[in-house]
Amino acid sequence: MAASSVEELLAKAEQDEAEKLKSITVKKDLDLEFDLGNLLAYDPNRVELRQQNREEFLKALARDNTQLLINEIWKIPTERVEEAIVAKLPDPTTPLPREKPPPKPKPPTKWEQFAKLKGIQKKKKTNLVWDENAKEWRRRWGYKRANDNTKDWLIEVPDTADPNEDQFAKRVKAKKERVAKNELNRLKNIARAQKIKIPAAGLTPKAQQSKDELALAVSVAKTSTASVGRFQDRLPKEKASKKKGEKRKFEPVIGDFSNEKQKQLDLLQIMDSKKPKLDVTKAVNKQMREEDREAAAAKYKRGAGKKGRRGGMPGKGRGPGGKGGKGGKGKGGKAAAGGGGGGKRKGKPGKK
Amino acid sequence: MTQLDGITKPKTKRSKRFLENRLPKLSEDLKSAMIMKGGNTSETVTQALKDVYSLKKPNAVLYKKKNITRPFEDSTSLEFFSKKTDCSLFLFGSHNKKRPNNLIFGRMFDFHVLDMVELGIEKYVPLKQFKAETCPEGTKPMLVFAGEAFSMDSELKRLKSLLIDFFRGPKVDGVRLAGLEHVLHFTALDGRIYMRSYRCMLKKSGCRTPRIELEEMGPSIDFVMRRTHLASEQLYQLALRQPRALKPKKKKNISHDVFGTKFGRVHMQKQDLSKLQTRKMKGLRKRRGETGAQDESTAPKVLKES
Repeated sequence: MAASSVEELLAKAEQDEAEKLKSITVKKDLDLEFDLGNLLAYDPNRVELRQQNREEFLKALARDNTQLLINEIWKIPTERVEEAIVAKLPDPTTPLPREKPPPKPKPPTKWEQFAKLKGIQKKKKTNLVWDENAKEWRRRWGYKRANDNTKDWLIEVPDTADPNEDQFAKRVKAKKERVAKNELNRLKNIARAQKIKIPAAGLTPKAQQSKDELALAVSVAKTSTASVGRFQDRLPKEKASKKKGEKRKFEPVIGDFSNEKQKQLDLLQIMDSKKPKLDVTKAVNKQMREEDREAAAAKYKRGAGKKGRRGGMPGKGRGPGGKGGKGGKGKGGKAAAGGGGGGKRKGKPGKK
Repeated sequence: MTQLDGITKPKTKRSKRFLENRLPKLSEDLKSAMIMKGGNTSETVTQALKDVYSLKKPNAVLYKKKNITRPFEDSTSLEFFSKKTDCSLFLFGSHNKKRPNNLIFGRMFDFHVLDMVELGIEKYVPLKQFKAETCPEGTKPMLVFAGEAFSMDSELKRLKSLLIDFFRGPKVDGVRLAGLEHVLHFTALDGRIYMRSYRCMLKKSGCRTPRIELEEMGPSIDFVMRRTHLASEQLYQLALRQPRALKPKKKKNISHDVFGTKFGRVHMQKQDLSKLQTRKMKGLRKRRGETGAQDESTAPKVLKES
């Protein structure tokens, strides 16, 4: 009896609860997917339009879905903020694309690299500094700063300085130089960060350039042609520049023994062989080219000199003359070279 | 000079703050939208644009003049506008014989078009026709999407993500429970997308959670999907990439098992086991003058217990 009454009570309690919850429960085939950070709910159930009016159907569907969303929101912990109950929303879970790509970290400046290396920490400075002269707290820099040396009406001339020098102007000039140096370094830092190329030390124009800097500038200008400076003329007394940029690689002193042995044996073999060290064709071609160039230069000079007087057809006159001259010279050159080569040679038959 | 490069510096603090605001940030704020009209627009389209503008009020710009461009053919002018106003969402409305009452929803990544979806308005009921009271401007709306098509169809999936981007409010930590008033409901049914906007009233129910009653408040639009221009998977993944700094830092040495018990590892120094403090079993202690046999008899006992 007692058992049955207990059962009855329990059943009644359950019924009451169910009734209470009836107003907020919604039956769905598939559970909704919630993203409370965005106050978002997605209902994956199939949507079928029955005989009902579409608007009514949509409204009922919306009501059900919103009810479920509200139920979810009411489950999360709340707090009271100034007489309003606020629910603490979690982070949004739907992945949404960004507006802009994430920011790239800036490369450290020269000072920052050095500070990191040395372990120098940034010291926080106070805003105001005590100014002895004005006997008050003044800002560290800027308008009405403490210890402002531009406002000095008297500057002592140091012993080492020239008595006629303007110390005030000197101070102003020093300040301008410091500012310019700072600005240059700042721009260099930016160029380094953005990987913009900047001309090397000697190539930016300066007021006074040293001999070395000028020589460097000349050599850079000379090699910046399509043929990397091979056909650039030189001034009469200009020296040919040494090969720049060519690196010589030396073998280590004690390294590959087999390699060293091979090299020494090859050297002995070359010394032993009776082949001439001179490459005849190459020597001949070089000589020919040199002679052609000299002849052309001479002809041009002569032609240019005569042009002033005659004003005739120096080109046509030069043409066959030049050709004939060249041909003759060439044959002569070849013969001479052939003779020279034959003379130096020992056992091989001479070329004719 | 739209970027903060060191070479030309901003002259005022205000302009500096403005430019810093436009730089890419680690965690981004709400996306703003630009709403514009095409070469020819109908009454429906202009009304629809105005209504969407009112829904997205503080973070949207509504252009008055007509822009004679075709977003699907040439998006350079859109990109230019987006760069000028720093808006990454856009809504372009137009009307012509071939595509009547056309709305193009789109979003940008790095000022280039990411996704564009063209929706045609089939039925439109403007905001003015509804007699209900509207929510205050700037309330964060609740978004509900219904229909299995939103997870089946890839185009609709992107459209869902685009609509979430468009209509969600600013990211907040907490929301006032009484302030949850506005609901935007999107249903995908028979190839159409129905957008309805309701005002929800929280009625008393028996328990703590209130019962919802809805009242239609906002514009009601029936969309039909026309053309789309969606970003490639690669570009989309690139756009989704979050910077590493935003990932929550993982605490090392803490693990959880199936039952939710928290485990951690404690590292001890080397211990001298001979000097270990164990429980003293008085009965097992050696007494003076005992025989070896007794010891033997007790020995196995010790073994068993340990």
